[in-house]
Amino acid sequence: MGNLVSRREFLKFTGGVAAGAAALPANAKEAPAADAGNTMLSYKAKVVGKAGALNANQPVSFTFPDASSPCAIVKMGTPVLGGVGPNQDIVAYSTMCTHMGCPVSYDAATRVFKCPCHFSIFDAEKAGEMVCGQATENLPRIVLKYNDKDDSVTAVSIVGLLYGRQSNIL
Amino acid sequence: MSTNQDRVALPPVNAQRTNLTCHFCIVGCGYHVYKWDADVEGGRAPHQNALGLDFRKQLPPLTTIMTPAMTNVIKGKDGRRYNIMIVPDKSCSVNQGLSSTRGGRLATVMYTDDGVGKERLRNPRVYVGDTWFDTNWDDALALYCGVTKKILDSDGPSGLVFDCFDHGGAGGGFENTWGTGKLMFTALKTPMVRIHNRPAYNSECHATREMGIGELNNSYEDAELADVIMAIGCNSYETQTNYFLAHWLPNLQGGTVAKKQKWFPGEAAAKGKIIFVDPRRTPTIAAAEQAAGKDNVLHLDIEPGTDIALFNGFFTHVLEQGWQDKDFIAQYTRDFDAAVQANKLSLDEASRITGVPVAKLRQAAEWAYKPKASGQPTRTMHAYEKGIIWGNDNYLIQSALVDVVLATHNVGRRGTGVVRMGGHQEGYTRPPYPGDKKIYIDQEIIQGRGLMYTAWGANPFQTTLNAEQHRGVILRRAGIVREAIGKARGASNKDKVDAIYDAVKNKGGLFVANINLYPTALAQAACVLLPSAHPGETNLTSMNGERRCRLSEKFMDPPGVAKADCLIAADIANTLKAMYAAEGKADMAARFTGFDWKTEEDAFNDGFRVAGTSGAPPIDSQGGGTGYLATYARLRAAGNNGVQLPIKEYKDGKLIGTEMLYTDGKFDTSDGKAIFKPSTWPGLPQTVADQKAKHRFWINNGRVNEVWQTGYHDMYYAFVRDRWPMAFIELNPDDAQSLGVTSGDVVELFNDYGSTYAMAYLEPSIKKNQTFMQFGYWNGIAGDVVTPWTDRNVVPYYKGTWASIRRVGTVSDFKETVTFKQRRYG
Repeated sequence: MGNLVSRREFLKFTGGVAAGAAALPANAKEAPAADAGNTMLSYKAKVVGKAGALNANQPVSFTFPDASSPCAIVKMGTPVLGGVGPNQDIVAYSTMCTHMGCPVSYDAATRVFKCPCHFSIFDAEKAGEMVCGQATENLPRIVLKYNDKDDSVTAVSIVGLLYGRQSNIL
Repeated sequence: MSTNQDRVALPPVNAQRTNLTCHFCIVGCGYHVYKWDADVEGGRAPHQNALGLDFRKQLPPLTTIMTPAMTNVIKGKDGRRYNIMIVPDKSCSVNQGLSSTRGGRLATVMYTDDGVGKERLRNPRVYVGDTWFDTNWDDALALYCGVTKKILDSDGPSGLVFDCFDHGGAGGGFENTWGTGKLMFTALKTPMVRIHNRPAYNSECHATREMGIGELNNSYEDAELADVIMAIGCNSYETQTNYFLAHWLPNLQGGTVAKKQKWFPGEAAAKGKIIFVDPRRTPTIAAAEQAAGKDNVLHLDIEPGTDIALFNGFFTHVLEQGWQDKDFIAQYTRDFDAAVQANKLSLDEASRITGVPVAKLRQAAEWAYKPKASGQPTRTMHAYEKGIIWGNDNYLIQSALVDVVLATHNVGRRGTGVVRMGGHQEGYTRPPYPGDKKIYIDQEIIQGRGLMYTAWGANPFQTTLNAEQHRGVILRRAGIVREAIGKARGASNKDKVDAIYDAVKNKGGLFVANINLYPTALAQAACVLLPSAHPGETNLTSMNGERRCRLSEKFMDPPGVAKADCLIAADIANTLKAMYAAEGKADMAARFTGFDWKTEEDAFNDGFRVAGTSGAPPIDSQGGGTGYLATYARLRAAGNNGVQLPIKEYKDGKLIGTEMLYTDGKFDTSDGKAIFKPSTWPGLPQTVADQKAKHRFWINNGRVNEVWQTGYHDMYYAFVRDRWPMAFIELNPDDAQSLGVTSGDVVELFNDYGSTYAMAYLEPSIKKNQTFMQFGYWNGIAGDVVTPWTDRNVVPYYKGTWASIRRVGTVSDFKETVTFKQRRYG
């Protein structure tokens, strides 16, 4: 049952940033279900890198929440929806198209992710919104947390279901 | 509920599985519906879930489509909760496991009391005083039928106006076109009927039918076999998505060469080429270039409204080159010489009129019509849709197009066909229309005629031409009735009927009823709303663009007391029958007999399966005279592949259908010969030319990928509403600069006929002084600036209007949250 909460409302409410680290368990295992007290999956936070090491408009690949889930982090250069970091401009997405899982590629000229299989296009600057295409979901957004003490960017959870999974955590 | 929508419930292996044909566009993709108790979930191992997939590890790309939008939790009438999952069927020959962004959301739009469908009508509603109240069927029918009867008795059937669907899929289907048709045409006998998307009771394809060629004459497989596809005024990636993705693309990518060699031994076979005829560079053209390479794509970006000149130029050029099929013309057609005379137009002249360089026209003609190197005629499939159907002018463009097709024998041969691509699915079975001329219903209403107006699965407020005036008149006339009802405090239904009749007969009022899934914009005018159902809540048969008929199976109840349109029609007929019987008017009561249907299957058996059988009354049915061979049980067994109409026979437990029409050279005319039609280039209609002279921008308009029809579901669907909070208009960036407009600004479009608003979307490929606006939307109505001009058959020229544009202002919400990136892949 998707899309009942308006993405626009959601982003306005949360600013697209993780509410905090409180939900992160210390030693997350591959728990098949949320703990009774939680409504979120038990993602294991993963440091993606340093904000200062990212170059504007150059995506960097990483995996999250496991090695079979390719993602990309991009520093957009200007503040964007859901952006974190000193300039609120760092975002990350799954790079598996939500339609049929084909790898999407980043087009630096237009700052979109494009899927070659069925021509879906997702806007990196608008929280992964589908520009045009055959997906029924926007590109899953990797929720990032920025730590200004050490300039690190950490992936903490995902908004949206990754292609080819029953649950984002295998 | 998971807050991040990052997991779904899997169907267990014993989940109920039924078939559902997507009820949105013409293509009719096959889906499977899984339904199971909400307190049970399938496991991740392949033997633990009904999909048979191994979710313990990441699935590879292109394995499946299963998204949160394909799931929902519904509530049964028994109070129990059920999970549903609606996923594309890999074994369906139509979509082969693909889903579009519209069909992929079928599960989410199913009714739940807090979901997308929460605004659905659960009960009949009546407007009393100044607000709506839910009521029961008996009360609502007493009012609806009371007014109907009063008008019928006092003024005759022409006081009763209907705006009714005539198609398949949601808000249609063979059951429901029959139910409504039998009510309107046999029982009420009113000729005052228009069709959901046009202002009269007419066809969108008069010319081609008169020429002997039904508009759906090939199979989707023929697009895989064609040497060349000529796509005319159709944007198939967005509006017939999986026909394009599953059948056109493989041809354009060279994936069907071996198939062509097998089917056509001795013929040159290569990967397909495609020619687009469209003033606009559409997302489809961009996708085709990606798939086929630019060298295999030609875009004839004609000046708006010049299609006739283009095809007359081709026709003349073909004859000059000697590329016509002389034997076919001599043996299977007539009136060729008249067309040669009337359509004569040199390629140079065609180039001047269409604005397309003559070299490009020559190249297109060579691709499409020059015989192959191996000697055989080229197999060119001509696909067309609203660019022609809503073009200048429908009748003449179709004539000009089919003339070229006949001259080159591109019909009735595999790998060819001259076919409309379609909007909705089809599903027509009705008694003959009880009139001898086409009535421009919108103008009748505007001029104050008609006393009662039933919008049935139709929304003229958002979709008709000259919409502002039409809507304004209906609102004003409906307001007179609403005021009268408001004053009738404490009135019985009989008293209300008298008050309403006085308002419509003596005060210029119009009593409006709306039969639909949702209240829709018509609720602004209506006094009665009757709740209907859509596929999944009711069994339904329709056929797609290759005449493939499937049974969409019911898997849940409609909300509240909503019911299928055919059963609503039966309720209306049976109520009127009882009213007449009570008055002792047996002759009138007899007119309303024959509606003793308990289920939608009864309606199917009464119409589709009776047509053409001995002793049957005249019935116009897309099932032809062999519809009786199709039973629900046989169609259920045929699954998502169904059968292509007309049915040839039922043999060995299978329905055998027809893949292609006219393979025997026998066409649908009295002597079996196809008829050429003269179609001299007429220029723009004066009404339209006048607007062009006064206003700067051509307002092209049409559908958009993410939205189905008027947005009746989508206006409540966050994924769509976020993307399109308002109808958008694509503008050339230089034009936008001259207007002081940037993407996300709101602009006003205005001309002599009306004004509307839209959200600006700058698009570099849009030509200067041209635009493209989303059509039919709930928030921004392109039809408000469309002129009232129609062709000889009262078919509108929706695509042809000109308007001025001014900047209104900025909606910061749009700018902050809506993407305005290019929608063309590349």
